[in-house]
Amino acid sequence: MTSVSPTEFRVPPVDAVALDTRAAELATRSIKKDAKRDGLRMVVSMTDLTTLEGMDSPGKVRALCQKAKLPLATDPSLGPVGAVCVYPDLVSVAVEALEGTGVQVAAVATAFPSGRSSREVKLEDTKMAVDAGATEIDMVIDRGAFLAGQYGLVFDEICAVKEACGDAHLKVILETGELRTYDNVRRASRIALLAGADFIKTSTGKVSPASTMPVVLLMLESVRDHYLETGRLVGVKAAGGIKTAKQALRYLVMVNETVGDHWLDPNYFRFGASSLLNDVLMQWVRLTSGTYQRPEDFSKD
Amino acid sequence: MAGKQATQSAAKPTLSFGEKWCYAPAPEATDHFEVADRHELFINGEFVKPKSGQYFDTINPATEEKISEVALANAADVDRAAKAAKKAAESWRKLPGEHRARYVFRIARILQERAREFAALESLDGGKPIREARDVDVPLAAAHFFYHAGWADKLDLAFPGERPEPIGVVGQVIPWNFPLLMAAWKLAPALACGNTVVLKPAETTPLTALRLAEVMQQAELPPGVVNIVTGAGETGGAVVEHPAMDKVAFTGSTAVGKAIQKALAGKGTDLTLELGGKAAHVIFEDAAIDQAVEGVVRGIYFNQGHVCCAGSRLLLQESIHDIFVQKLARRIERIRVGDPMDKNTDMGAINSQEQLARIEALVKSGEEEGAVLHQSSCTLPKKGFWFAPSFFTGVSQTNRVVQDEIFGPVLSILTFRTPEEAVEKANNTPYGLSAGIWTDKGSRILWMADRMRAGVIWNNTYNRFDPASPFGGFKESGFGREGGRQGMRAYLRFPGSLSQ
Amino acid sequence: MARVEVKKTYKLFVGGKFPRSESGRSYQPAGAPQVNVPRGSRKDLRDAVVAARKGYGDWSGRTGYNRGQIVYRLAEMLETRKDSLAEEIRACTDSTAAAAKKETESVIDLTTWYAGLCDKLQSLLGSQNSVSGPFFNFSTVEPTGVVTVIAPNQPSLLGLFGVMLPVLVGGNSVIALVSEDAPLAGMALGELLAVSDVPGGVVNLLCGKRDELEPQIASHRDIDAILKAGKPDPAMGEAAADSVKRVRYADLSDPQWKKPAEMRSLLWVEPFVEVKTFWHPVAY
Repeated sequence: MTSVSPTEFRVPPVDAVALDTRAAELATRSIKKDAKRDGLRMVVSMTDLTTLEGMDSPGKVRALCQKAKLPLATDPSLGPVGAVCVYPDLVSVAVEALEGTGVQVAAVATAFPSGRSSREVKLEDTKMAVDAGATEIDMVIDRGAFLAGQYGLVFDEICAVKEACGDAHLKVILETGELRTYDNVRRASRIALLAGADFIKTSTGKVSPASTMPVVLLMLESVRDHYLETGRLVGVKAAGGIKTAKQALRYLVMVNETVGDHWLDPNYFRFGASSLLNDVLMQWVRLTSGTYQRPEDFSKD
Repeated sequence: MAGKQATQSAAKPTLSFGEKWCYAPAPEATDHFEVADRHELFINGEFVKPKSGQYFDTINPATEEKISEVALANAADVDRAAKAAKKAAESWRKLPGEHRARYVFRIARILQERAREFAALESLDGGKPIREARDVDVPLAAAHFFYHAGWADKLDLAFPGERPEPIGVVGQVIPWNFPLLMAAWKLAPALACGNTVVLKPAETTPLTALRLAEVMQQAELPPGVVNIVTGAGETGGAVVEHPAMDKVAFTGSTAVGKAIQKALAGKGTDLTLELGGKAAHVIFEDAAIDQAVEGVVRGIYFNQGHVCCAGSRLLLQESIHDIFVQKLARRIERIRVGDPMDKNTDMGAINSQEQLARIEALVKSGEEEGAVLHQSSCTLPKKGFWFAPSFFTGVSQTNRVVQDEIFGPVLSILTFRTPEEAVEKANNTPYGLSAGIWTDKGSRILWMADRMRAGVIWNNTYNRFDPASPFGGFKESGFGREGGRQGMRAYLRFPGSLSQ
Repeated sequence: MARVEVKKTYKLFVGGKFPRSESGRSYQPAGAPQVNVPRGSRKDLRDAVVAARKGYGDWSGRTGYNRGQIVYRLAEMLETRKDSLAEEIRACTDSTAAAAKKETESVIDLTTWYAGLCDKLQSLLGSQNSVSGPFFNFSTVEPTGVVTVIAPNQPSLLGLFGVMLPVLVGGNSVIALVSEDAPLAGMALGELLAVSDVPGGVVNLLCGKRDELEPQIASHRDIDAILKAGKPDPAMGEAAADSVKRVRYADLSDPQWKKPAEMRSLLWVEPFVEVKTFWHPVAY
């Protein structure tokens, strides 16, 4: 049962055009030389290398884990990434492959990506992943309940999943592409923060639009205000649609100028992506070697 | 359950910035254009040496280094320019509107093509950040020419039944805060309406206007249609009072505007004035607070606060005063102050030594009157003219920092309790150029906007400009509009209208 | 035995009331030396400005439709009083009866024309502007504020209405300095205004010596604009510049002043309204 008064879910309104404007302004930052190098290195360490396909196999997950540990064979100074993110049934494969590396194993759970199942099934899904060794759980909120205004239900469910996670970190996917409005994003962020999320995450990657700069800016403002209010640091994960190093650096600029140093840390900011890493690696080699690279030279996993 | 996760740490949570990731310098390239050591006057389509024989230096306010020297136009030079404009006026006004449009379209396109060079030069000469010159000043200047070009052959549609006619020769005196953009605001409607021009740019920022003269040449604009004379107040005075002027348009301080209005009184010369401001920026407790903070930043720190419509008086609903001030204080720390030519700079150099002295004097008066000064802790460069983003709390309506236009990055914060009080305080000024309102309630926005005595009301936004949007002031902020259909009126005469 | 007529005392019209000049002075207008009219002073002007500022608050807040109704009501009142107004025109001019009648009719016609303009100004002078961005942007016109109009000496009533109406319909409050030489019809207007629905302070009528009052009008800082019948006047313009007043001159020839068509113009309204441009983001 909800132990939080519904008034707690109130959030300030968001002006969409002004939010877009600020995000666009930050996107004009010019990141060069050392700043680019440092930025790319952070992006790698913040990446949740993800595979969430029906045709995923243990072999693919192992290959992904290999890349997670050592993203660029020719430059061991780079990496490892923040986590490998898989479906619950492949958690054990990832756990085995990543043992002792410090790379986290994240599992999507709670009837990902739609979240359309019973509470029992969702909790069971979560427990299964945790039992298999997942150290991070990426849950989806009940968008149906949210859009119907049943914020208490959404809150309760996050609380329940959080409990089921035990020591595993809980990342709460808002699926902002389905929430549609920034006001909804801000409110959903608030609910997740109050319910004990360790991370709030934009998207499943299955819905378009997935992560956008203004949405992430708004979520950063939410965790910032929550931190200042409660002292609790909650991370943000931008997932879906981030494909290039240039895009990733723009996100990092937002982190740098909106919430600052605490969040410039893989424990508090993550990119959920599959194709991003290769572009980052390509830019990295370009920076260190001085020559432009071709995509075919980087392993596709 | 809620209680469980709110683990209040003993120390007050604070944010930290800049320890983990610093941006490397990102200098704007300047190797793609040249700046001559000496600039001449632009009269009758040619660059000519001044009869005065004198030149003055224009410096980079960020480094105090001389960029170039610029011809000083005396009365004889102005007379030459005025005669060229008068001569050109005959044929220019008779040119079919469609042909005039073509020239103005050309100017717009050439500006777009040479945008990078103009942006860099604007930043060098005036101290504004390259980001703003690149993203705001130059594209907007081009847009003004493009927009007005389209009017040139549609004057009868703009004012049906009013039989609009060109005025003749127009003298235009523009300020140093948006040198190129103000030249565009002035020239584009004047040309589209069939007038010829003598333009006097500000003495601290003449270079982009003179480069615009090159654009006029490239566009093959007939000689004499645009003439540009450089110099200080005396040159401006000679332009304004020259008997050939059928109309004078001035943008600048209220004091100079009044002097011009006096000088032209009863002469039958058309006059439009775009003068100072002390805009109220009103934030209600239901506003989108984080965006409102951005709006305030855009309102007062844009272009170092050298903006006549700057939102320099912040009126906060009392209930959000503390949280808003905290957010704003945090936010101004993130304003990147420094080398204007660095692409990551948000706030550049104060335009001149003189302006810096004025800002410093007013800020000192604020402190002496007991207001509390909050300032960004940013490091300011040693050379050049700089002032950190600042705001005052604890001010009262009578303080000079609330009454006087500071024209710098200094905001004064007051509070209100009711909408009526907000309106009363907002309107309690001789100025009336612009105002800002932030509230989530539509009906309140309209109620407020209706009562604010100002020519531009930005609602849930601030400092937006567009050539299609009329701009200009109420009260001592001047008269006449620039932009939009209404702005065209200022460059036309209509049979049967009243005399000025 | 002939009846002994009751003569009217002409008074100022300020804030909906009929005060004598606070100066206690009167003068005998050139056109009607047998009549005493109040000789308005600097303090009368001051009082009129205070009243007009109040009247402005009321008048500017009304809808165009309501202003139109009231100005039309004024036309109705004029119609019922046209004979006496014509007599008052004739009392201090050498107008023929026919000319005076025609003048009052022209005044009524002009008033009706302007009554119908009140709720059209936004459509004619405002606009919605297509800006390059996600913003709803429109421009409206608002009254400038307190406006002093200085009527021509002749035609005394039509000239007064010619300068007063364009200012009034825009939502401004008016201080009118009526004809110095032929003030009777103009001063009688107060009697109509008081019984039409024009709120007190919206129109204030002063009479007196131009030379004395004009410099005061020009320099009074709480007057926002001036419309003067006559040629551009450097002295007035210079003093007015101190508060950036909007100053315009209706420089018509004598025959032009007699043609109502010359005064039916949006161009006479436009200088006394201020364009206000409104921006609001469009988004959800």
